[in-house]
Amino acid sequence: MSAEYTALVDFDEATDRYDPVLGIEVHVELGTATKMFDGAPNIFAAEPNTAITPVSLGLPGTLPVVNEKAVEFAIKIGLALNCQIAESCRFSRKQYFYPDLTKNFQTSQYDEPIAFDGWVDVELEDGEIVRVEIERAHMEEDAGKNTHVGGATGRIQGATHSLIDYNRAGVPLVEIVTRPIPATGKRAPEVAAAYVRTLRDIFRALEVSEARMERGNVRADVNVSLRPSADAPLGTRTETKNVNSFRAIERTVRYEISRQAGILDASGTVIQETRHFHEEDGSTSSGRVKSDAEDYRYFPEPDLVPVAPSREWVEELRQGLPELPGARRRRLLGEWGFSDMEMRDAINAGALDLIEQTVTAGASAQSARKWWMGELARTAREQDADLESLPVTPQQIAQLQGLIDAKKINDKIARQVLSKVLEGAGDPAEIVETEGMAVVSDDSVLTSAVEQAIAENPDVVEKIRGGKVQAIGALIGPIMKATRGQADAGRVREIILETLGVQG
Amino acid sequence: MAEQNDLIRLSAAAQADGLASGDFSSAELTAAHLDRIDAVDGDLNAFLHVSREEALEVARDVDARRAAGETLHRLAGVPIAVKDVVVTRGIPTTAGSKILEGWVPPYDATLVEKIRDARLPILGKTNMDEFAMGSSTESSAYGRTLNPWGEDRIPGGSGGGSAAAVAAFEAPLAIGTDTGGSIRQPAAMTGSVGVKPTYGSVSRYGLIAMASSLDQAGPCTRTVEDSALLHELIAGHDPKDSTSLRDPVAAFGEHARRRDVKGMRIGVIEELEGEGFAPEVRARFEESLALLEQAGAEIVRVACPNFRYALGAYYLIMPSEASSNLAKFDGMRFGQRIVPEGGATAEAVMKATRGAGFGAEVKRRILLGTYALSAGYYDAYYGSAQKVRTLVQRDFAAAFESVDVLASPTAPTGAFRFGENAEDPMAMYLNDVATIPANLAGVPGISLPSGLAEDGMPAGIQFLAPAFADHRLYEVGGALEALLEDSWGGPLLDKAPELKGGAK
Amino acid sequence: MPAIGREDVARLADLARIQLTDDEITRFAGEFDAIMDAVASVSEVASEDVPATSHPIPLTNVFRTDAVTRTLTQEEALSGAPDAQDGRFAVPQILGEE
Repeated sequence: MSAEYTALVDFDEATDRYDPVLGIEVHVELGTATKMFDGAPNIFAAEPNTAITPVSLGLPGTLPVVNEKAVEFAIKIGLALNCQIAESCRFSRKQYFYPDLTKNFQTSQYDEPIAFDGWVDVELEDGEIVRVEIERAHMEEDAGKNTHVGGATGRIQGATHSLIDYNRAGVPLVEIVTRPIPATGKRAPEVAAAYVRTLRDIFRALEVSEARMERGNVRADVNVSLRPSADAPLGTRTETKNVNSFRAIERTVRYEISRQAGILDASGTVIQETRHFHEEDGSTSSGRVKSDAEDYRYFPEPDLVPVAPSREWVEELRQGLPELPGARRRRLLGEWGFSDMEMRDAINAGALDLIEQTVTAGASAQSARKWWMGELARTAREQDADLESLPVTPQQIAQLQGLIDAKKINDKIARQVLSKVLEGAGDPAEIVETEGMAVVSDDSVLTSAVEQAIAENPDVVEKIRGGKVQAIGALIGPIMKATRGQADAGRVREIILETLGVQG
Repeated sequence: MAEQNDLIRLSAAAQADGLASGDFSSAELTAAHLDRIDAVDGDLNAFLHVSREEALEVARDVDARRAAGETLHRLAGVPIAVKDVVVTRGIPTTAGSKILEGWVPPYDATLVEKIRDARLPILGKTNMDEFAMGSSTESSAYGRTLNPWGEDRIPGGSGGGSAAAVAAFEAPLAIGTDTGGSIRQPAAMTGSVGVKPTYGSVSRYGLIAMASSLDQAGPCTRTVEDSALLHELIAGHDPKDSTSLRDPVAAFGEHARRRDVKGMRIGVIEELEGEGFAPEVRARFEESLALLEQAGAEIVRVACPNFRYALGAYYLIMPSEASSNLAKFDGMRFGQRIVPEGGATAEAVMKATRGAGFGAEVKRRILLGTYALSAGYYDAYYGSAQKVRTLVQRDFAAAFESVDVLASPTAPTGAFRFGENAEDPMAMYLNDVATIPANLAGVPGISLPSGLAEDGMPAGIQFLAPAFADHRLYEVGGALEALLEDSWGGPLLDKAPELKGGAK
Repeated sequence: MPAIGREDVARLADLARIQLTDDEITRFAGEFDAIMDAVASVSEVASEDVPATSHPIPLTNVFRTDAVTRTLTQEEALSGAPDAQDGRFAVPQILGEE
C-alpha cells in the first residue's frame, strides 16, 4: 500500500478547495420466501449448503425461473423512489469468473432495468432536504459466501484456500444507482449516510426487506470524485465497495475526499478503481484496478423471457404503497409533539409502528413512547429481541395505560401487570381483576387500616399533630405494606389527615 | 417367448402392444436389448454407460404392476436410451466430455422424470459429440460411434450414439437433442427417424445447455409413429423452464397413423435443393416428393432468400450462448479439477481444468463466442445474428402462408468417412445448412429415410412445419414412410448390413 | 473486421479461462479469420429497421410463485465437489481478483 501513499488533506480544507461529487449504489436483499430464480429458501444462517436446489448451485442442465414476488418488490421500490416502471425489461448475463458465482455469470439487468429516472428526498439532521436523483433500480441475484482459510486474519491475502457456502447464491437483490450527487460540499459524508438511511427506512416501510445493515441486507458502494469547482467537469471517481454501516459510509466519504485532495494538490492523478474500507482506522485501500481488460460480455439471458409488468399491476401496486417514512415522520412529529431526538430514537428502535398503534388504541403519544422506549425497550435488550417480537400488543399497552389513567392501578403495579402480560397471563384488565391487583381506594378498608396504624404509632401521631406533617410517611408505609402496595397512597394520606384533623 | 432377434426388431409401438397382450414381458424385452448391446456395442460404441440392473429392475416392476392389473402408460416397459447430455439422477452424465467424467447428478431432467413416471426402463446413456458440438460424434472424449451402415462411416452428430443405437436395434427409442440438427442429421445418416419439436414443446430443464435459445430435445426412433408416441410422452409444460410452452400436447400418434396427404401443400425450399447436395441425395428427395404427389399432395417451390445467412447467424448465436453456458465447468463445484504444477490459485486451476477438460471443438466455440460477445463486437456479431433470426422467421412465415409443410434433403450428403471433415471446421459446419433454419426460428422438423444414396449410405428427407404444428410432421412423415416402405418392400433398415459384433 | 492473431486468441483464452498450448493458439489463430469471414455475412442484411429476435417463440412474464421447493441435502450438494470441508466447497486460494 505504500506506493499509493499520499498526504491526507484536512477535510475542511479539502472541501474548501474542491467540490465533492457522490454516487451511491445500494444493494438490498429482498425479503422474499425464496430466491430470485428458484425455490430454495431465502434464509439467513442456515447450515452451509442446505438452502440450495440444483438451480441455485448452478448444476449442469438447470434453468432459472423469475420469482414474481421479487418483481413485485422491485416495482414497489421503484415506485417509492418516484421512478418510471419499464413497460418491458429483461435480464442479462454479466460474465466473469469467480468461485462464489455458481455459473460464472451473474444474472442481472443491464440495458433494460425495471425502474429508472426517479428521485428521493433525504432529510438531514437539521431538517435540510437534499433531493437525490435515481438513475435506475434493477433486479439481480446475490453470490455465495467465501470464507478464507489459512490467512492470519481471515482476509483474502495470505489465505491458502477458501471455503464456499452457496446458501446466499441466488438471493434476490435490487440495486439502486444514483445519478451524480453534486453540491453537497462539507455535508457530503452526512448526505451519503442519510441517503442510505432513507433507503433503509423505505425498504422497511415497504416491507420488502428486513434491511438489517449488520446482516448485509443493505450494502453500499460509495463513489466519490472531486472537481475544482461546481462548474468544472466531473473528476475521476473511486468506488469503495461494500460499506455496510452508516458510520462507515460517512468515514469513507470523508477519507476519500481527504485522500483525493492530497493527490490533486500534488498535481497527481486519481486512479479510477475499486477500493476497500477499513473499519480499524477509517481508511480505504486500493482493490482491483478497473481497466478496459474487464469485459463482462453482457448479453440477454436466453433462459429467461422479458418481464413486462402490466400498467394495471403497476397502478395496483402504486395504490397499495404505504405512507413512506419521510411523509409519515413529518406527520407524526406534528401529531405527537415529540422532539427530533425522541422521534429519531423511536425510529431507530423500530418503535414507530408500535407507538402509532398504541396511540390509535387510545393512549397518549407520550405515554405510548414512555412504555415502548422505556420498560419494553429494556426488556427487549435483556432478551436480545426486537421490540415487535415481544409478546405484548399495542392494544394491551393502551389498556394498561388506561388503567393508570383511571387510577385503578399505579405505576408500580402497572409494571408488575406488564411483566405478567409478557409471561402470557392475558390482558392487563383481566390480570388486575383475577389477581386482585387493583388499587384499594375503598375508604372503609383504608379507614380501618389508618385507624390501626394511628393506634400502633402514637409517637408519630404526636409529631404530625405537632406540625411535622412530613412524618406522615411513617404511617403510610405500614399501610401500603398491609395492603400489599395496592392502596392508593394519595387517598391514604388524605384519610390520615382527615382522621387527625390536620391540614396537609 | 418370441425369438430375441424378432423382439428387438419390432417397433416401439409393436413392443408396447406385445407387452399389453402378454406376448412377452418387459424383463424379456429389456434383457433382449441388453444382450444386443452386449453383442454389438463393443465395436459400435453407441453407449457410454449401460444401466443394466436399474433397467431390469424397472422392467420387472412394470411386469409386476401389469400382472396386478394396474393401468400403465402405453410405453411402460419399452426400453429407452438417453443421450448423455440429459441429466439423470444416479446415472453418470458426461455430455461426452472429460471435464464431467465421473459426475453423478443429484437430480433428473424433467423429460427423464416423465420417462421414469411412465416406467420405461432406461438402458443407458448414449455417445455424442462433446457438449453436442459436432456433426459426426468424432469430438466425443470417449471414442467415436460407428455407423451401423458402414464401420468407416460417421453416424452423424451430435447425437450419433442415439441414432446408431436405434438403427442397430440396441434400443427402440432414444432421446436426442437438436441445436442445429443433432437429432435430424444423425437420423439421416443412419436410416432412422428423428424429430426436433417446436422450441419449448419439450422442457429443457436438465439438458446440459449448449445454446439455450436453440436447444430442443426430441425422439430418435426407427418409425414415425414411434417418434410421435415418444414425443407425446416427453412434451408438456414445465414450470421449471421459462421457455416451456403451455399449449396442450396433441395426439401425435394418431396423426402418424392417418397416412393421408390428399390436398396437403408441400413447399420445396429452393435454397436447399441445388448445388451442395449430392446427386443421389437429391434423386431420393425427388422420388419421395413424386410419391407424395401421386398420393394427392401438391408440390410447390418456395423461396426463403434469407436462409443463406442462417449458417452465419447460427455460428454466431450458438458459440456466444455456449461460451456462457459452459463457463460453469470450472472444477470448483463438480466434475474434474486439474491442479497445475507449482502453486494453484483458483484462477490457475480453472484455466488448467478447462484447458485439459475441453476438447478442441469446445474450445474453438467458446473462444469464438467469447470474441463475438466481447466489447465492441456485440452489435456487429451477436446483434446482427439476432436480426438475421428475425429475417429467417419472416421467410418461414411467408412460406407457411402458401404451404402446410416445407421439405428439403436433411443433409447435403450421406454419411462421410471418419476424419474426412475433422480438420476443416467450416466443411463440418456446412453439414447443418439444411437443419439450422428450423432452430433459429423455433419451428419443428422431422427427418426420415428417403432411400440409399452414394456408396449405399442412407439419405434423409426433412419436413418442417410452423411452430405449434408438430402434428403435420407426423402426418406427412407417416404417409411418406408407408409409401416408401411399400416401394422398398419393407423398412430401409432391413437393407443394413448385419453387424459383426464385438462384445462390450 | 480486424484479423484475429495469436495475441487475440491468447487474450480470448484468458477471458474464457482456458489454458491453451502454443500449438492450439497457432491453430485457432489460423482458423478464426476464415470462420469469422464466413459468418460476418450476417451484417449484410442486419439493417437498422430489422428488430432482433432473442427467443424463437416470444413469451413474456413467465413467473414462479414465491414458494419453497425441495432443496438438496448438504451431502447431495457436495456429492460432486472435487474438494469439500466443513460442509462447504473447498477451492484453491483466490488471488488477484475482487
